[in-house]
Amino acid sequence: MNTRSRPLSPHLSAYKFRITSTLSILHRMTGVALTVGTLLLVAWLIGAAGGPESYSAVTAFAGSIVGRVLVAGWIFAFFYHLCNGVRHLFWDAGRGFEIEQARASGWTVVVVSSVATLASLAAFYL
Amino acid sequence: MSLKSPLGKVLGLGSAKDGTDHWWSQRVSAVAMIPLTLWFAFSMLTMPDFGYFTVRSWMAAPLNAVLLLLLVGTLLYHSKLGTQVVVEDYVHGFKKVATLIILKFIYAALAVAAVFSILRVSLGAV
Repeated sequence: MNTRSRPLSPHLSAYKFRITSTLSILHRMTGVALTVGTLLLVAWLIGAAGGPESYSAVTAFAGSIVGRVLVAGWIFAFFYHLCNGVRHLFWDAGRGFEIEQARASGWTVVVVSSVATLASLAAFYL
Repeated sequence: MSLKSPLGKVLGLGSAKDGTDHWWSQRVSAVAMIPLTLWFAFSMLTMPDFGYFTVRSWMAAPLNAVLLLLLVGTLLYHSKLGTQVVVEDYVHGFKKVATLIILKFIYAALAVAAVFSILRVSLGAV
């Protein structure tokens, strides 16, 4: 079936910024980011099982500038995806669907995950 | 009476009898990961240092090893369900099938490597 020449519905660029849609996209993006971060977690476990040399190869990467920026990003992605995931579970239970409630819970997720990220980074690096 | 169209019947379209299984599994694994990831985050924040011996003795403690195994299994399963949906949304046709199969292989390899590493450290080889 040829569908290529059909008109497309308006896409991302056609819509105004909305906290609800932005957070929905961010949920998927942080999910994908955390999947990539899982590679470091698994590498860390393999490194620890492999011996001091393979372990220090992993920690050398995690401790580098690039590694630290990535870890900081993954910490935020983790707290965001966790908080917004709980928000999704409330929706799945049929609660919080009113637009004002969805906006309020959205901003709550932003604040809580940001504070948790900053607190974790402070505990880690200070 | 079947609600399938004759074309749908011939092409094998329609319910594969797993209904809401994917959706439900993603929610159940999400709920399981709330305590597991919070335990992991707490463990990372309270780890005295990330030296080879410190991390190995942490991994080797039976409770930590069991929780790590549960975390890695649930995490990779949840991640697999999530990336599957992302691929199904953006990749089509043969490429979709190929990507999904490759992803499945990667997840299987990551899971086995992670489980093997945790057991190797906690059961005391090397």
